[in-house]
Amino acid sequence: MKGERRLASLMLAPAVLWVLVFFVLPFAGMVALSFARLQGRTVEQGFYAENYARFWSDPAIFKGLIVSLEITATVTIISLLLAYPLAWIIAMRVPERWQRLALLLAVLPFWTSYVVRSYSWLLVLGQKGVINNALIGAGLIAEPLTLSASRTGTVIGFVHFFVMLLTLTIYANLRQLPPNYARAAADLGASRWQTFAHVILPLTLPGIITGAFLTFVLCIGDYITPQILGGGNELTLPQIIMMQMGRQGNFPMAAALSVVLMGTVILAYLACARWLRLDRI
Amino acid sequence: MKILAPLYMAALYAFIFLPVIVLVVFSFQDGRLPVPPLKGVTLKWYADVLSDRALLSALWNSLLVAIVSSAIALTLGFLAAVALARTILPGSALIRGLLIAPMTVSYLIIALGLMNLWRDLGLSVSLWATGIGHVVINLPLCFAILYAAMGDQQRSAERAARDLGASEPRVLWHVTAPMLLPSLLAAFFLSVTFSWDEFIIAFLLTRFDVTLPVEIWSLLKSGLSPKTNAVGALVFLVSVAAVIILELTVFRKRRA
Repeated sequence: MKGERRLASLMLAPAVLWVLVFFVLPFAGMVALSFARLQGRTVEQGFYAENYARFWSDPAIFKGLIVSLEITATVTIISLLLAYPLAWIIAMRVPERWQRLALLLAVLPFWTSYVVRSYSWLLVLGQKGVINNALIGAGLIAEPLTLSASRTGTVIGFVHFFVMLLTLTIYANLRQLPPNYARAAADLGASRWQTFAHVILPLTLPGIITGAFLTFVLCIGDYITPQILGGGNELTLPQIIMMQMGRQGNFPMAAALSVVLMGTVILAYLACARWLRLDRI
Repeated sequence: MKILAPLYMAALYAFIFLPVIVLVVFSFQDGRLPVPPLKGVTLKWYADVLSDRALLSALWNSLLVAIVSSAIALTLGFLAAVALARTILPGSALIRGLLIAPMTVSYLIIALGLMNLWRDLGLSVSLWATGIGHVVINLPLCFAILYAAMGDQQRSAERAARDLGASEPRVLWHVTAPMLLPSLLAAFFLSVTFSWDEFIIAFLLTRFDVTLPVEIWSLLKSGLSPKTNAVGALVFLVSVAAVIILELTVFRKRRA
């Protein structure tokens, strides 16, 4: 028994050490750095709250969090609304033997490189892009629409990615439902809509919330999509972090904003965790 | 209702595939801008890509970092998952939480943390630093997949092997690993994909030996070009081929 424990500890050690040294330690260092301050070009260690104070009081920076939250909320809601019916159709309407193929196709563009995916939306949405070209060619509009280089562009780029992700997770969830639940509801006289609203939807809620949380985390921390498709009129929190670090060389400020970003994700996690527990009662 | 479902499906598939189709079509553009109209078909941009030294060395770096970091993440994750599945240790739940934790943190934050650490230690960033970061993001994934795949039947098989006198490394290599092979492969390929495609960690933690996503990013800065389309189309082709091979081998076997 004792030997077994020693062996288990030995096997655990590399993984635990890796996470401690390359994840926990850097993260603690970043929290410490967020309380330092920049004096001229050098970082002065210490315990100052001024980065956080500036985050709170500088509208240009605080707005980054708001923009990020707005975009993330929009993206999460639109992606869920689009993905749920698609997952539903694949799970319930497509014949069993074609389902895997249908799903594989639905997530195929997932495998394009992440940077390239945003770039290809630029070709679709840009001033001279495919959509504007088609609309002008058809005589529907005279001037090109501003689709990329705006929040619309960022949201479309994100939604494209997360519709694929959510279709996958919701499909997995729907497939786990025993089919006789829906049949039982129908036998008891529930209409299709009632069956959906009172049986299927509540049962798939944990999956939906897990998917929504994943979307939230990945979306709010993303730098590339808004950077390529957003046009720079409004900046998201990750863009501001990168700017603080790059152009301004203000590492303490970048660290403080990262802590804010992290805090936002933790809040979202707590919100979801509570919902999930309530759901189980 | 009968017609609504196929219609909806078609619309969403169109949305999902639109950018990929545009990307591929205009990679053949005989002109300098990858937007309509299509002026003619040429393979010139592909030739351009395949003779671009910087792109090819970035491709090599990406492959190297993806395979090495995934192998490390898989090994560490495997050992930890086996240990936690078979032995009850004080603080097991805490350790599980610790190993999963990096999954909930934005890559940007992981990258910034490592960058600061490297600066504090006076090290210069490199492909190695990127690889270390990629192990951090893939270790939780490998651990979670393998931990979920552990079951009673392989615990008793392990015990049988041990009773027959097999040493612990032999048990792991000849009993545990083969029994978990589908999950091991799935975890490895997922890790490779994530590392291969990862941008922000590689961007902040490399300077000269950049990876492919970072090199593509610097191509983007010079504006739209069919050459970028060609790179993207090639990457897509390779990934799709990998997915199809995986689907036909690993996952088919698992279902059977």
